[in-house]
Amino acid sequence: MVFKHRKDLLGLAELNRAEIESIINTAVPMKDILTRDIKKVPALRGKVVCTVFYENSTRTRTSFELAGKYLSADTVNLAVSTSSVQKGESLKDTIKTIEVMGTDVMVMRHSMSGAPHYVARNTKMRVINAGDGFHAHPTQGLLDMYSIREKKGTLDGLKVVILGDIQHSRVARSNIAGLSKFGCEVRVVGPSTLMPADIENMGAKRFYNIEEALDGADVINVLRLQLERQKKGLFPSVPEYAENFGLNRKRLSLAKKDVLVLHPGPMNRGVEVASDVADSAFSVINEQVTNGVAIRMALLYLMIGGASE
Amino acid sequence: MSILIKGGRIIDPANNIDMIGDILITDGLIDKVAASLTAKEAEVFDAQGLVVCPGFIDMHVHLREPGFEYKETIATGMRAAAVGGFTTVCCMPNTDPVCDNRAVATFVAETARRNKLINVHPIGCITKGQKGQEITEMFALAEAGCVAVSDDGLPVMNAEVMRRALEYSSMIGMPVIAHSEDNRLAEEGQMHEGYYSTLYGLKGIPAVAEEAMVARDILLTEMTAGRLHIAHLSTGGSLHLVREAKSRGIRVSCEITPHHISLTDQALADYDTNFKVNPPLRSQQDVKALIQGLCDGTVDCMATDHAPHELEAKDCEFNLASFGISGLETAIPVTIEYLVKTGLVNISQVVKAWTAGPARVLGLDRGTLTPGKAADITIIDIEATKTVNSELFESKGKNTPYQDMTLQGWPVATLVDGRIVAEKGRIV
Amino acid sequence: MALVEKKKIMDENGVRRAITRIAHEIIERNQGVNDLAIIGIRRRGGPLAERLAVKIGEIEGVKIPVGILDITLYRDDLTALGPNPLVHRTEVGFDLQNKTVVLVDDVLFTGRTVRAALDALADLGRSRCIQLAVLVDRGHRELPIKADFVGKNVPTSKKESISVKVTEIDGIDEVVIEEKT
Repeated sequence: MVFKHRKDLLGLAELNRAEIESIINTAVPMKDILTRDIKKVPALRGKVVCTVFYENSTRTRTSFELAGKYLSADTVNLAVSTSSVQKGESLKDTIKTIEVMGTDVMVMRHSMSGAPHYVARNTKMRVINAGDGFHAHPTQGLLDMYSIREKKGTLDGLKVVILGDIQHSRVARSNIAGLSKFGCEVRVVGPSTLMPADIENMGAKRFYNIEEALDGADVINVLRLQLERQKKGLFPSVPEYAENFGLNRKRLSLAKKDVLVLHPGPMNRGVEVASDVADSAFSVINEQVTNGVAIRMALLYLMIGGASE
Repeated sequence: MSILIKGGRIIDPANNIDMIGDILITDGLIDKVAASLTAKEAEVFDAQGLVVCPGFIDMHVHLREPGFEYKETIATGMRAAAVGGFTTVCCMPNTDPVCDNRAVATFVAETARRNKLINVHPIGCITKGQKGQEITEMFALAEAGCVAVSDDGLPVMNAEVMRRALEYSSMIGMPVIAHSEDNRLAEEGQMHEGYYSTLYGLKGIPAVAEEAMVARDILLTEMTAGRLHIAHLSTGGSLHLVREAKSRGIRVSCEITPHHISLTDQALADYDTNFKVNPPLRSQQDVKALIQGLCDGTVDCMATDHAPHELEAKDCEFNLASFGISGLETAIPVTIEYLVKTGLVNISQVVKAWTAGPARVLGLDRGTLTPGKAADITIIDIEATKTVNSELFESKGKNTPYQDMTLQGWPVATLVDGRIVAEKGRIV
Repeated sequence: MALVEKKKIMDENGVRRAITRIAHEIIERNQGVNDLAIIGIRRRGGPLAERLAVKIGEIEGVKIPVGILDITLYRDDLTALGPNPLVHRTEVGFDLQNKTVVLVDDVLFTGRTVRAALDALADLGRSRCIQLAVLVDRGHRELPIKADFVGKNVPTSKKESISVKVTEIDGIDEVVIEEKT
């Protein structure tokens, strides 16, 4: 069992293949619950899930919140903008407060890499990393893998392209960490100014030419381009980016005929992905959202369902 | 008043001495050094099985006073130094106010003198307010006791200012200690840029942020006939530049720290802020290059860059944590554990890097056991093992990456001017 | 704590006869098989439900809808099962609206499994009525639950346990009383 000897989920790098499979397998019956009229089971009755987001993300936060509610847990959001965090309360004190209010799982998003690790060290609560800096976004990685496996039947040996700003992407890192355990050929492609050092050592192949990267791809995971990176001088302009690294119909044809297109959202249509690609039959972007809820239900269940010991 | 240190292994690199023997100290000075000495009225210190060296000099510490007394005071820093085996330390000027004038320098020197214990030399600022714009009154700083100038903590980004500083300081014979970091290349950086910064998702500080400035300052030194000392040199590339400059006769020296020869960027896996330091812990290859530099003499000395912090400065998110390691009380065991015990560097070279090396860089009349010189002596048990426990530090700064590690080679006694100031980890 | 086989109370034939009898009783009780559905509780209730549906189908000449219910997420005794027992899919591919559902399990003991199954069924839709069929009723109820169809009543002590094996899962059909030593 994944969380028998593991208190927290901070990243995918530390999980082994069997553990990842067990989470994805558990998400399958969870997804069934989502499609029913009565979308609720009593498994986590009396448990408390608190989401604490130090960075905006309606999507991930709502997904966790619904996942908790579908399992009958009580879910609370600490809205950071209205909380004492703004008054300069330290992260450590905030965590203690949440802990003593009886929270079982703290779901945490933070703009700084490693912040969840710091929290996990300082609390008895279980901690789920809902994205930390550029470091990791394990539940996104898991839902991407689940979405791929659902359509392809397997993850083993697939050619997966991750396209965009690799340097600043926790989604890219979590996908590489997870997919590499399944023998996938992970290719990263984007401008050289948005490519981190020694990415090959993580088990990815580096490309600067999108056409070469897309050749024969089974899956294309398109990353969101943070437009503020342009102001930092990391790429010259949005039109030039779209021209050279945007995923369009023509480029899509270089991939396999049954290629899947993923995007963690929210999309900049016409920048990193053309609208007709995002809305095409190849796109599983909307299903990713549903699968995200299922994966988070699976995780919550595996972490706090059943005996506490 | 005499002390006879008997039967120790005397290592005095400046005099090419490595022998079992005795040292007689009289009236605070080294009197005699020989294979066997007797002195009826002398107090005897049995040093059998111990290594007896010139007093260790740490030319790069932050004592935080004035202004940051909650991190360290001159008094607590001196106690930490004494317990750590150091008889002389030089403290950096990035206090509040900064040590950019005679008054602050005098305050530091006087406060240290009142505390006795060990020798403390202030280092003055290169520029007023450490703003990197106007050079300081270096004659006045020297008169007040400063042995060098440095804007440590901040680079002098303006090359013209650095040029003038090197020119001006050369009249006084004070070295300019460079904090070599291009702060644009290093902006917002949290750790060494490389595979591990990619893996951990932290903004990297590339090696070139240091190397570009080392290269610039070497060229400015060549042009001005000034004297340049590179503080906390941390990359193989910087070392290469220094080696090449030295071969061309340019007056450049450099120091390396215990943490840069013992730890790598990989250590940041748990985001433990005690490993957050500037310059950052570098790659395994850099560590190898630094140790090679120590062996071949490119590295002139070691220094701790002792940077004590209050608990809150480290007990927080990694990006928000302060840079720095409280290093005085682990420096000797770390260097013995990682350099001597491993067989990478012979003990004589290590001792030299902590004694004659820094003395030469700063022109201090210490760092040897030559008869007639001040009897500053550090006695080390290189076989002793102990587990690091920062709770027991004399320093206010408990920020050590070596917590709970068992290290070999601990100082057992520190003598300043012939007086035992610390013994077995305690102030006497 | 080891379990030692004490007594075999049903063999292959015993199981087959019990199923046949229950099939007849279900038809009898419901006066036919209109809107009848059989749902087994995972795991061993699954194959038993399948066999009952086939048997009833043979007798009445119609195909009876059959499904499997995974009740893991409905248990009130999750803690007794250790950390997070595996969750499997519930496979009920038909609408429960106005169906007479026969819930099938291997052993009826405390009644807690059936209680969970009733909750799970209720969340799948509003059936007309629910009946309960078990292969063995061993007593010791902790909830007011009673089976409508029982293969065999087996009085047991709390020290004993009932082991039901079915060919589809265990490679053999048998029911054995075991005792903790």
